[in-house]
Amino acid sequence: MNSGIIFKIKKYAIHDGPGIRTTIFLKGCPLDCRWCHNPEGKTPNPQVMKADNSPGGRSEVVGKKMSVDEVIFEIEKDIIFYDESQGGVTFSGGEPLLQAQFLLAMLKACREKEIHTVVDTSGYAPAEIFVEICNMIDFVLFDLKLMDDEMHRRYTGVSNKKILINLETLSGLNTPHHIRFPLIPGVTDTDENVLSVAEFVRALGSVSRIDILPMHRIAEGKYRRLGMQSKMANKQPPSPEEITTTKRQFEDFGFAVVVGG
Amino acid sequence: MNERIQRLRTSSLETQPILSAERADLVTQFYQGGIAQKASIPVQRVLTFKYLLENKSIYIGKDELIVGERGPSPKATPSYPEVCIHSMEDLHLIDSREKVSFSVDDETRNIYKNRVIPFWLGKSIREKIFANMSPEWLDAYGAGVFTEFQEQRSPGHTVLGNKIYSQGLKDIKAEIKTTLKNIDYFDDPKALDKQEQLQAMIIAAEALIVFSRRHADKLKALAANEKDAKRKTELLQMADICKRVPAQAPRTFWEALQYYWFVHVGVITELNPWDSFNPGRLDQHLYPFYKKDLAAGTLTKESARELLCAFWIKFNNHPAPPKTGVTLKESNTYVDFALINLGGLKKDNTDAVNELTFLILDVIEEMRLLQPSSMVQLSKKNPDRYIKRALKIVTTGFGQPSIFNADTIVQELVRQGKTVEDAREGGASGCVEAGAFGREAYFLTGYFNLPKILEMTLHNGIDPRTGKQIGPVTGNPSGLKNFDEILDAYKRQLKYFIDIKIKGNNIIERINAKYMPVPFLSLFIDDCVANAKDYNAGGARYNTSYIQGVGLGTITDSLVALKYHVFDNRIIAMKDFLDALNTDFQGYDDFRQLLVNSTPKYGNDEDYADDVMKEIFESFYEAVNGRPNTRGGVHRINLLPTTCHVYFGSMIGALPDGRRAGKPLSEGISPVQGADRNGPTAVVKSAAKIDHIRTGGTLLNQKFLPQVLEDEQGITKLAHLIRAYFKMDGHHMQFNVVNSDELRRAQDYPDDYRDLIVRVAGYSDYFVDLTPQLQNEIIERTTHEGF
Repeated sequence: MNSGIIFKIKKYAIHDGPGIRTTIFLKGCPLDCRWCHNPEGKTPNPQVMKADNSPGGRSEVVGKKMSVDEVIFEIEKDIIFYDESQGGVTFSGGEPLLQAQFLLAMLKACREKEIHTVVDTSGYAPAEIFVEICNMIDFVLFDLKLMDDEMHRRYTGVSNKKILINLETLSGLNTPHHIRFPLIPGVTDTDENVLSVAEFVRALGSVSRIDILPMHRIAEGKYRRLGMQSKMANKQPPSPEEITTTKRQFEDFGFAVVVGG
Repeated sequence: MNERIQRLRTSSLETQPILSAERADLVTQFYQGGIAQKASIPVQRVLTFKYLLENKSIYIGKDELIVGERGPSPKATPSYPEVCIHSMEDLHLIDSREKVSFSVDDETRNIYKNRVIPFWLGKSIREKIFANMSPEWLDAYGAGVFTEFQEQRSPGHTVLGNKIYSQGLKDIKAEIKTTLKNIDYFDDPKALDKQEQLQAMIIAAEALIVFSRRHADKLKALAANEKDAKRKTELLQMADICKRVPAQAPRTFWEALQYYWFVHVGVITELNPWDSFNPGRLDQHLYPFYKKDLAAGTLTKESARELLCAFWIKFNNHPAPPKTGVTLKESNTYVDFALINLGGLKKDNTDAVNELTFLILDVIEEMRLLQPSSMVQLSKKNPDRYIKRALKIVTTGFGQPSIFNADTIVQELVRQGKTVEDAREGGASGCVEAGAFGREAYFLTGYFNLPKILEMTLHNGIDPRTGKQIGPVTGNPSGLKNFDEILDAYKRQLKYFIDIKIKGNNIIERINAKYMPVPFLSLFIDDCVANAKDYNAGGARYNTSYIQGVGLGTITDSLVALKYHVFDNRIIAMKDFLDALNTDFQGYDDFRQLLVNSTPKYGNDEDYADDVMKEIFESFYEAVNGRPNTRGGVHRINLLPTTCHVYFGSMIGALPDGRRAGKPLSEGISPVQGADRNGPTAVVKSAAKIDHIRTGGTLLNQKFLPQVLEDEQGITKLAHLIRAYFKMDGHHMQFNVVNSDELRRAQDYPDDYRDLIVRVAGYSDYFVDLTPQLQNEIIERTTHEGF
């Protein structure tokens, strides 16, 4: 595939892996997480995001078909920053593995240019595709949300079986990886879930760091503009104390923990 | 900070600026005495200086460790009637205006009315300058095409090098006497001029020694009456220091600071030079004293910190002298632009950062004062710990220190013909201006309104504000067939107005050289003594004149909008576009939205726009760079605005980039406010397409949300961003770390935000002290979020 659907290219991304990065957001996601803060990344095709009420607000089309060359052209503009900070490119989404062929083509192009690559994935992908991509990438940010399959289905719309198998596979590969844990009050932050995530990850033996990503509500406006219902509208983000509690729980298992990634 | 420093700092912050008539009255008295008129001009000027230092009141504050005030007390700010004579209306305005005011009491008004104005009216430099300018110059000045820096202040624009740390004034006097002895009265037609200049310099040196002795006497008298034993000892020690320096070279850290301060007060008493005066590379100059005193046990880190804090407060006691008219508009602040330089490179090209650098950074953070301003020179050779320490101060949100590229400054100065050693001992002063410290007279001559030239181009040389033809006829804009023809017309207009400016500069330089020499300042800038020539007349080793371009982002985006919509995409005819501009977009709302939101803009790392920026840069450079001045040097360019982007904007109607009539222009080399939408890496990539090495300084402002920089990682990545910009030879970068919502709240509730400090252009200021236009301009700058 020589082209993919991109909904955003974010430069000076400083929370998506080492150094200064350019994050490429690939459109389309098989999951339907209730707390999703990139709702414009859910459907695979370009869509209209209406104007908001702010002065100068205007409607825009999110999602654009771009060729590998076009995306590489944008990525290469910031090589001097990657070199200086040991940064690179991060592929996020949506679920970047949903556009696997395009992603593979991008990774190949980046490798030729010696640009460091990271993928930020839910891990929900066919096993062979997952392995192929992990073998082409320099670093994986793997999202692990809920250990209980029933809960996982309820809050993300899919089973976590494939995800856990892929994570186990990843731990046997040579590709370094961190875990990213979304902290959603009343959903992922229960002692039971935090502890079973910690135990599962410790048993892998391949992970030294967990990033806690506290839920936030900055996506509310985007839901409105997309005519979508935010399922978290009444939820409050976790308090600093709640974040610290979860942080300690992971630290007790010997992980380095970073809030915000 | 300890209690003494807290008291000094609070008192400096709380004291309100007043206009003091002391200096104006003494100068008038002296000239009326008739002695002045009998002497040559340099001697006349220096006798005035001597009379001032012999007769002005001596102030020694209760807690002070460093002494010497320009006025009778802190924030009592003198005027300089020989340069600019204020009328009674001026005094009223200075007293009553809402921003940057100085209270003027009845006594001051009476002195002005009865003595100062009657004597000086018709004799000031300002009046001489305007009388000597051509009608074309006056038209352009009145239209806001350029400003004139020397119309209310003397040139200055220089920084002290390392001379005073090894030489007392007695040593400098001996040097002058040798030069005097070697004057060749047979073959040198300038022999008499040289003799008068050198004699004036000797008197200048003696005058400052008298001034220091007067302080020593007063300190001794205070000690005699002091009950507190500790303070008594301190006062006696200070008396000893004032007897020693500046007559002799300093031996200790304390003496070095006091010596500098006497020189500083001398320079700003002699005249009112731009950028006051500045010790420059303070950590380099003081480090040998610091090390020696620590080793001897006569100084501790804490006592050094206390002395530095006391020194900092002295700067804050000295607002820029009152300005009026256009000079006020272009520099609408109390800040007088002393800029302390830290770090960078040593003369031998090695890393200059030392432990005193870090101590001074602590002082900057603790003092949190507008003056002195501070900056760090960052070389590729300086350690990361250093830039990270500086950035931690930046995140506290008062705009200091600003960050400069030491390696680029060296390249800029060397390109201008300085020796590499002189370049390494230089730095940046004022806002961002590169200079060879202690060896260069680099005059800023005025801001130049790059977008105004486009407005004139689009009106065939007519200023639409007045309907007057002030530029050349370069063709009816509707008849211009392609973008190149527009650019050509723009370049012709540009060249025409630059020529007017340079011609004016060369006349004004001679007026200052002839009528307003500065023999005291000339003592300290090499090679004025050896050349027996005044600082204002070309005595310095290097003599540069700058014209500062303003509105690079605005002019670029405006030209790009014409290229994109009229010629490349043909969505609007030139005639209709001009109609939209002439009506300030009345009835063109959708078109204006298109201009603002769907047009390539400088600052996004897109060559379509950035190539036009390069073209403008080259045209400006070509028009100015290398044109001779009258001091043996040439004109050069730099790109910075102070507050002039607000004034210049007020003089221009709507522009093709969608900017409405009267609104501020972009500042420095920053993109138009809100036009940069691809984050800070794209901004610095665009900015780096300027060939910084061929300028004498550029100014890039960036605004970050505090949350982006609240952790170590945020700081490290910002350091990487800066290092990458500097790898591309970027000259300078500075930061506002602030939330725009908070700034809006500060507009609504100014009383709750009295201490909120923001970065304006090359300096920081209290947000509530800014004009509403400038406040809005800062709010509208793009904020980088970094999520």
